[in-house]
Amino acid sequence: MSTVTTADHHDAHHDHKPTGIKRWLFTTNHKDIGSLYLLFALAMFFLGGAMAMVIRLELFQPGMQFVEPQFFNQMTTMHGLIMVFGAVMPAFTGLANWMIPMMIGAPDMALPRMNNWSFWILPFAFLILIISMFLPGGGPDFGWTFYAPLSTTYSNDSTALFVFAIHIMGISSIMGAINVIVTIVNMRAPGMTWMKLPLFVWTWLITAFLLIMVMPVLAGLVTMVLTDKYFATSFFDAAGGGDPVLFQHIFWFFGHPEVYIMILPAFGIISAIVPTFARKKLFGYASMVYATASIAILSFLVWAHHMFTTGMPVYATLFFMYTTMLIAVPTGVKVFNWVATMWRGAMTFEVPMMFALAFIVLFTIGGLSGVMLAIAPVDFQYHDTYFVVAHFHYVLVSGAVFSLVAAAYYWLPKWTGHMYDEKLGQLHFWCSVISVNLLFFPMHFVGLAGMPRRIPDYALQFADFNAFISVGGFLFGLSQLIFVWVLVKCIRGGEKAPAKPWEGAEGLEWEVPSPAPYHTFDTPPQVK
Amino acid sequence: MNNEGYQKYYVPDQSPWPLVGAIALFFIALGAGFYVIDMSKDQSGWGGYILLLGIAILFVMLYGWFKNVVDESMSGLYSAQMDRSFKQGMSWFIVSEIMFFAALIGALLYARFIAVPWLGGASNNEMTGAILWPNFEAVWPLLTTPGGTETQAMGWGLPLINTMILITSSITLHFAHTAIEQNKRGQLTGMLLVTLILGVIFLGLQGYEYILAYRDLGLRLDSGIYGNTFFILTGFHGMHVLLGALILFFVLLRVLKGHFTAEKHFAFQAGAWYWHFVDVVWVIVFCLVYVF
Repeated sequence: MSTVTTADHHDAHHDHKPTGIKRWLFTTNHKDIGSLYLLFALAMFFLGGAMAMVIRLELFQPGMQFVEPQFFNQMTTMHGLIMVFGAVMPAFTGLANWMIPMMIGAPDMALPRMNNWSFWILPFAFLILIISMFLPGGGPDFGWTFYAPLSTTYSNDSTALFVFAIHIMGISSIMGAINVIVTIVNMRAPGMTWMKLPLFVWTWLITAFLLIMVMPVLAGLVTMVLTDKYFATSFFDAAGGGDPVLFQHIFWFFGHPEVYIMILPAFGIISAIVPTFARKKLFGYASMVYATASIAILSFLVWAHHMFTTGMPVYATLFFMYTTMLIAVPTGVKVFNWVATMWRGAMTFEVPMMFALAFIVLFTIGGLSGVMLAIAPVDFQYHDTYFVVAHFHYVLVSGAVFSLVAAAYYWLPKWTGHMYDEKLGQLHFWCSVISVNLLFFPMHFVGLAGMPRRIPDYALQFADFNAFISVGGFLFGLSQLIFVWVLVKCIRGGEKAPAKPWEGAEGLEWEVPSPAPYHTFDTPPQVK
Repeated sequence: MNNEGYQKYYVPDQSPWPLVGAIALFFIALGAGFYVIDMSKDQSGWGGYILLLGIAILFVMLYGWFKNVVDESMSGLYSAQMDRSFKQGMSWFIVSEIMFFAALIGALLYARFIAVPWLGGASNNEMTGAILWPNFEAVWPLLTTPGGTETQAMGWGLPLINTMILITSSITLHFAHTAIEQNKRGQLTGMLLVTLILGVIFLGLQGYEYILAYRDLGLRLDSGIYGNTFFILTGFHGMHVLLGALILFFVLLRVLKGHFTAEKHFAFQAGAWYWHFVDVVWVIVFCLVYVF
């Protein structure tokens, strides 16, 4: 009896959107939670970006101009933490929330309440991190990699807050990842077999697996930092029989899969956008799946390439050098497949495609400098210079962030029911792509010439390049304001978007109206 | 699978509990952080109270959330597909727990087989040994650290008894599982109770061992890498036994209320999986920390 009434009650409220602030606070809807994740990530992107602006302002000229060295260190640390854990990862999780249930024909994520919990603990985690900056002695200043003993013996009081904030971010990521895996494994519509899954779903499945494997390792690591600093243990202290190198091994065992966590979903996005605007099927679908899985497996076997200058036995150096270079193979497969997809396609160049094309070119540049860094003997020269900064910003900004922006333009019509302003979008693209290269390309040169990273001052011979880099940085920051303008315009109105605004698009998400109804696929569709 | 006979996947209505849980975690993390900071400076603050407030809110949240889930489950809203979601979710949670212990065990193995020998001059570190700590002897268990802190090693007599207890508890829990599947409620309740009692005895003996370590052996958190790995591994394992026992306790309460059927008993199964996982981790910890 009670069953029937409850079910009826649920049906009655079916397409009725809850209103007011409660809708967002108490929601169990994957689209609402996806929007929350995306908006949070955008806010954090600007916060982390503002910190990057402080860094670039200080480095505009040699000598100390605006901030104290210790505050500079806090800026580099917080910029890294906020961009990795606050902007890029939540943005991908937001896309997963919005798109995966619609792509596989599921009514929602598998565990909707836990989904909301994964989101809402994130803003609190960052609140704690930001509170720590206002403690006497300042916030975390040991770099986002928090190497011991910088984070143990030499860190300031706020380290405990940093540790617990990281714990909460980890809990959030693990719960989000569990939700993604269970949704994909258990809730695919009938006929949606494994090798019919859109690549975005595949890449996220593998990303979620990586998250579950490495976030707990990070949790174990910050716990050891906590006990070393506050409870007199000596995991990372040689006088007690420990070893600071142990810290680096554990950190990078987490850290290397982590960087693939930030790029694999990007591969999925590009694999959705390129076929759409080339109006051809994706070239080599199966090889894309296998390449993604290979990258994930290899990511567990390469961590010590971050530690060549730390010191390890020669055979270990060689092992990590070769496994790292192996990663270029599946990554090359992907780049080849995207290019082959475009070959003789009927291409058009809307904003998502422009960002996707920029991704392919610029990510490949970042990938190639990665191969250079993998070569142990030359890494002794590159290590901890701006060459490394250039490398990972090419793969993370013009890679991960560009893919996120491309995804936003691609799916905005589905989310809002309106087309974005194409002219403004193109302006945003050109401003971004030019300034991002002004910003990061010269870093290769100053890095090769020996300019160290994370230092607030530099030798005079780097002055011209740094002024140039800073101007590029400010321009890139300003260009992103155009993006906010486009978003606001598109959310508030604009040309009505049809269910499938892109001629060449394929997938279940384009079979529901735009904007997507509050509940989609209550009864699963049949996939042929 | 086709659409006929398809039972709708239950998507719950709005729920306040996730937000309450987020606030609870916020207070726990903030409170614990300030508590630790104040403690390190030997000053008193309000961190501890915030921490307790957070824990209290967390328990309210757990009660409210689980009450909702149990009510929904008992009124038959959960399809077989939903049951699979829960089971898969629990399995992946256990995978993440395995990786947490893997990090700690990795630290132990690294310290034992790489860090300590290198400090003693192994590999190409002859000068480290000769110049920094010429009197240091690289042995395991490391009873005298390079810095000179001394301690005594923990024997494995008491832990062996604990191992027997925990393995026995896994077996009794397995009997409880077969009982639930054959709908033998009496055996189910009895075996679950025995499992719980064994778990509590384990925790008691573990606590006794810690007292021995601190009082008689001088084995403390600050007595070098041997004590560090000992306490962090057994300590986190102990916390997991406690959590597993709490889960089984609430499962027992539900059994006494007449919940669960031979076919559907996810909460029981999740608790049982968790218990077996904690048991396996113990066997590994026992071997690596105490015996070898």
